[in-house]
Amino acid sequence: MSEGNSIQSLGDAFRGLSFVRLKRAVRLGVRSLWLHRLRSLLTMLGIVFGVCSVIAMLAIGEGASFEAQEQIKNLGSQNIILRSVKPPEEQKASDKGSQSYVLQYGITYTDIKRIRATIPGVTVVLPARNIRDYVWNISRRMDCELFGTVPWYPEMRNHRVAEGRFFTDNDMDQRKSVCVLGAEIAPVLFPIESPLGKHVRVGGNYYQVIGIMEPRTVVAAKDPGAEANKSALPRMYIPLETARLRYGEVLMRRRQGSFEAERVQLHEVTIKVAALENVIGVAEAIKEVLERNHKKKDYMIDIPLEMLRQAERTKQIFNIVLGSIAAISLLVGGIGIMNIMLASVTERTREIGIRRALGARRRDIIVQFLVETVILSGAGGALGVLLGVIIPFVVSYAAGMKTIITFWSPVLAFGISALVGVVFGIYPAIRAAQMDPVEALRHE
Amino acid sequence: MRHSPQTMPAPIVQFENVRKTYRMGLVTVEALRGVTFEIQAGDYISIMGPSGCGKSTLLNLLGCLDRPTSGHYRLGGEDVSQMNDDALSAVRGARLGFVFQSYNLIQQLTVVENIEIPLYYQDRPEQQSRALARRMAARVGLEARLEHKPFELSGGQQQRVAIARALVNEPLVILADEPTGNLDSTSGTEVMRLFDELHEQGKTLILVTHDPGVGQRAHRTIRLRDGEIESDVRR
Ligand SMILES: Nc1ncnc2c1ncn2[C@@H]1O[C@H](COP(=O)(O)OP(=O)(O)OP(=O)(O)O)[C@@H](O)[C@H]1O
Ligand SMILES: [Mg+2]
Repeated sequence: MSEGNSIQSLGDAFRGLSFVRLKRAVRLGVRSLWLHRLRSLLTMLGIVFGVCSVIAMLAIGEGASFEAQEQIKNLGSQNIILRSVKPPEEQKASDKGSQSYVLQYGITYTDIKRIRATIPGVTVVLPARNIRDYVWNISRRMDCELFGTVPWYPEMRNHRVAEGRFFTDNDMDQRKSVCVLGAEIAPVLFPIESPLGKHVRVGGNYYQVIGIMEPRTVVAAKDPGAEANKSALPRMYIPLETARLRYGEVLMRRRQGSFEAERVQLHEVTIKVAALENVIGVAEAIKEVLERNHKKKDYMIDIPLEMLRQAERTKQIFNIVLGSIAAISLLVGGIGIMNIMLASVTERTREIGIRRALGARRRDIIVQFLVETVILSGAGGALGVLLGVIIPFVVSYAAGMKTIITFWSPVLAFGISALVGVVFGIYPAIRAAQMDPVEALRHE
Repeated sequence: MRHSPQTMPAPIVQFENVRKTYRMGLVTVEALRGVTFEIQAGDYISIMGPSGCGKSTLLNLLGCLDRPTSGHYRLGGEDVSQMNDDALSAVRGARLGFVFQSYNLIQQLTVVENIEIPLYYQDRPEQQSRALARRMAARVGLEARLEHKPFELSGGQQQRVAIARALVNEPLVILADEPTGNLDSTSGTEVMRLFDELHEQGKTLILVTHDPGVGQRAHRTIRLRDGEIESDVRR
């Protein structure tokens, strides 16, 4: 009759529990739950929502972070990307509209030389210039970014050519007027025919189309600010030397009756670090070199690896938050179940007394009530898993978001919900088993 | 069991100076103050006495629902007075049958399922227990009510279900606490006729009652007063 006794009988409850007896207990449990259908359903809902929200949120989170990581990986985890940015002070000066003002900023060829000379472990450097202009095919027009770069751009940035080819060293050396179109441009400028071998016009110059790139995943980077907007433009790739020849280093831009000129040597430089573990160190060194040589902060350093780590950290935090929400909702669900089971035990005191008088041992009573709780939470868990698997599909379909259901999330959620049943079922079951048969029989 | 003709058969129930004391804080209630008696197989006994004299207490002890504070209780030759809870449950399930004043059927189960309960806890095969339960229902005249729920039956019918349930495990002793207490005189008589029949078939019956008419039908009456046996009369 002591507490220790009942704990021991709890242990005994499952020893010598035959399959037949368990099957009967399950049938009995289902029946008694079915008798109070609405109550059972409402009790289950806590677990259903807990489990389903965990799986659905995990799937959505996993999908989002997968996409982000994919995009970052496309930048190359061994790469360091330098971008030229207009320093904020200059921005203001140019806003005043002072005439014949030549703004000089950004990363220079000298910077690259310095980096190459002073920092070991830097293998390939991918410089790029971009010029914003309209690209024409006869009467069709598109606002694009001319991206002057080097022949090894595709392999270095994991951005492949879908059709045709990228330009070669030969094209570069001879400053040929060739171009490779971004995936977004081709269908707009050449809706019917294949653009390969055709010409497009930019200003007064014609470029022969030699290739089309695969679609580019746009990095959802937050900090590069204005640059990020610019990089959202469709790109047309031309040899860097051709770009230098055509555009020099000074860019003219007309603004409300005044001219604004910008002198930028390189808009973007990608530096590949030989060893992955050196990426952060090299980035620090580059930062130092640039700081020493630039009076103003007219450049940005993006480190995809760091962004990747950041994304992983964000995901980790997300998972912790999610885990806590899940734990709380399952706890609440569990408390709900326990509450109902306690009420049910009180309500069925007489039944317990009858069963005890007719030969039920304590452990039989424990099993009876525990099986009921486990059925409740197990069914709730199963329903939750079902909903939790369906919801991400609906979200993907309706909102176009990528969702990923990892194998372990439904398994874990279901397991935990079943465990909740056991944990929160034990106390009511012990309460039931502890009852004195004589008292229980006398209960009204 | 085989007995030599000279010796008396061993008693089914032996009570030896059994005491039961309830403690309620500082107050102790002596519900039974040293009760000694024996019951032979086939006895038909009524336990009578004024309210509060300890009849129910005695019956609970006889039914292994409770343990005596002191003294010994042998059931079928086995001392059950200090058995643990599990062993007592097993004894109740295998050797005792209960009939209560308020029937004590489980409301959500059907008649036949109610009758089966004692077999359920003895792990009898389902078909066997179902067949036995049907036979017991037939014996109390309820073969047409097998799938009914208790609330669909009259009080007398419910009590007959309870009697069938008390019979299903072939108990050594059937214990009844005021079995006619909730019944009108017609169904009360009906239930008592059933008890008489069971006695004729050789069952051992112990019933607690207030009703002298009911008490008279038994062949032996134990009268209690203030937790002691006042008289023990055979007819
Ligand atoms: N659980 C208990 N706790 C404390 N005292 C009890 C308990 N059960 C019975 N008693 C006391 O023991 C005495 C005998 O009670 P019991 O129920 O055996 O009487 P009874 O003869 O069955 O009475 P009645 O004819 O009214 O049913 C009474 O004084 C009662 O108050
Ligand atoms: Mg009584």
